[in-house]
Amino acid sequence: MKKLLNTLFITQPDVYLSLDGDNVILLKEQEKLGRLPLHNLESIVAFGYTGASPAFMGYCADRNISLVFLTMSGRFLARVIGASKGNVVLRKKQYLLSENELLSAKIARNFIVGKIFNHKWMIERMTRDYPLRVNVDQFKEVSQHLSSIMMDVRACEDLERLRGLEGQAAVSYNALLDQMILQQKEHFYFRTRSRKPPLDNVNAMLSLAYTLLANDTASALEAVGLDAYVGFLHRDRPGRASLALDVMEELRGIYADKFVLTLINKKIVNHEDFLHKENGAVIMTDEARKKFLAAWQNKKQEKITHPYLSEKISWGLVPYAQALLLARHLRNDLDEYPPFLWK
Amino acid sequence: MLVLITYDVSTVSSAGQRRLRRVSKVCQNYGQRVQNSVFECVVDAAQFATLKLKLIDIIDPDQDSLRFYQLGNNYRNKVEHIGVKESLDLEGPLIL
Repeated sequence: MKKLLNTLFITQPDVYLSLDGDNVILLKEQEKLGRLPLHNLESIVAFGYTGASPAFMGYCADRNISLVFLTMSGRFLARVIGASKGNVVLRKKQYLLSENELLSAKIARNFIVGKIFNHKWMIERMTRDYPLRVNVDQFKEVSQHLSSIMMDVRACEDLERLRGLEGQAAVSYNALLDQMILQQKEHFYFRTRSRKPPLDNVNAMLSLAYTLLANDTASALEAVGLDAYVGFLHRDRPGRASLALDVMEELRGIYADKFVLTLINKKIVNHEDFLHKENGAVIMTDEARKKFLAAWQNKKQEKITHPYLSEKISWGLVPYAQALLLARHLRNDLDEYPPFLWK
Repeated sequence: MLVLITYDVSTVSSAGQRRLRRVSKVCQNYGQRVQNSVFECVVDAAQFATLKLKLIDIIDPDQDSLRFYQLGNNYRNKVEHIGVKESLDLEGPLIL
């Protein structure tokens, strides 16, 4: 397995990125802020209206360093993609399968199985660790409900129905998310998912976590030669990395939601880290975003044993491992796509 | 792993000055300058081999010298910095 390299986050809006040899130079008003050798980097995430020279963008595209631009609040703006590399045959196979409803459904249902399994595991884990603080009966009920949906999903061969089942599972899981917040409950609560803009503290953090995860997944898919924009579960829509969203489904709960819950429950963030705007939108302060990103990077470095590959890798490589497995399935080296089933 | 590279390139001739510039340029592509003629590079074994070959190619062994200190993967407790211009931890969270 490849080594997980670092991510550079630029949180100041007036920084310009340029290339010098194999280094990235960070310029602020003609002044050199720093330089970094690019071979240590896996991706660069720029917040605000940070600019970059074409030569630098070309270099990144060429070396598979993902370069992403987000708004200050973490909403996706643009991604730099170079010439498509990798295997044309693999990509054609992907397009062919995505055109076929039945074959798409057979792959898509495994994403959903992974998602529901991981949600169920989170719920079970909560009842085991905090039996006195959560409503155990309700948790057990949802867990059983998820199990039965999972059985239906396994047998489902219709995309529309699959989306329906996924929605059902999401509703019952979301109903418990609020109870998984154990600390600072007066400022952190989860009623419903709101986005564009997020309307409370938890949603603001979820949005940022999902954006970061989606970018990591999209670049992992492209690194193995797949087209991140052609999905099986998510329909094609210009500008939407549908396959990245597909693969991300199974990681949302276990990776992003759990990360956000940890930040709250360990009191790494508090209510002063959020700004409430007049239109109801909630955004994180610059300081809070830095804390968030530092914690995110540390989480990515944590080692786990991949449940299917039985290989020790860092959390940050999980999207890459799943992208590899998906490519293997599309090449017919694996009968089925094995979702990431975390325990 | 972290490799510390230090060099002494004789600059009495213009050819020497040219070698010095080329050495520092190559080092800069692989790591960060922590002091004059001292570089810290976080590289893997293959990158280190290429870097070494490139540098050996440039210098004149009769006049210049190169030193490589391999500090391994657990280098953080082996390096202490005092004074100005602290280096960036290339493997820690990079938020600028």
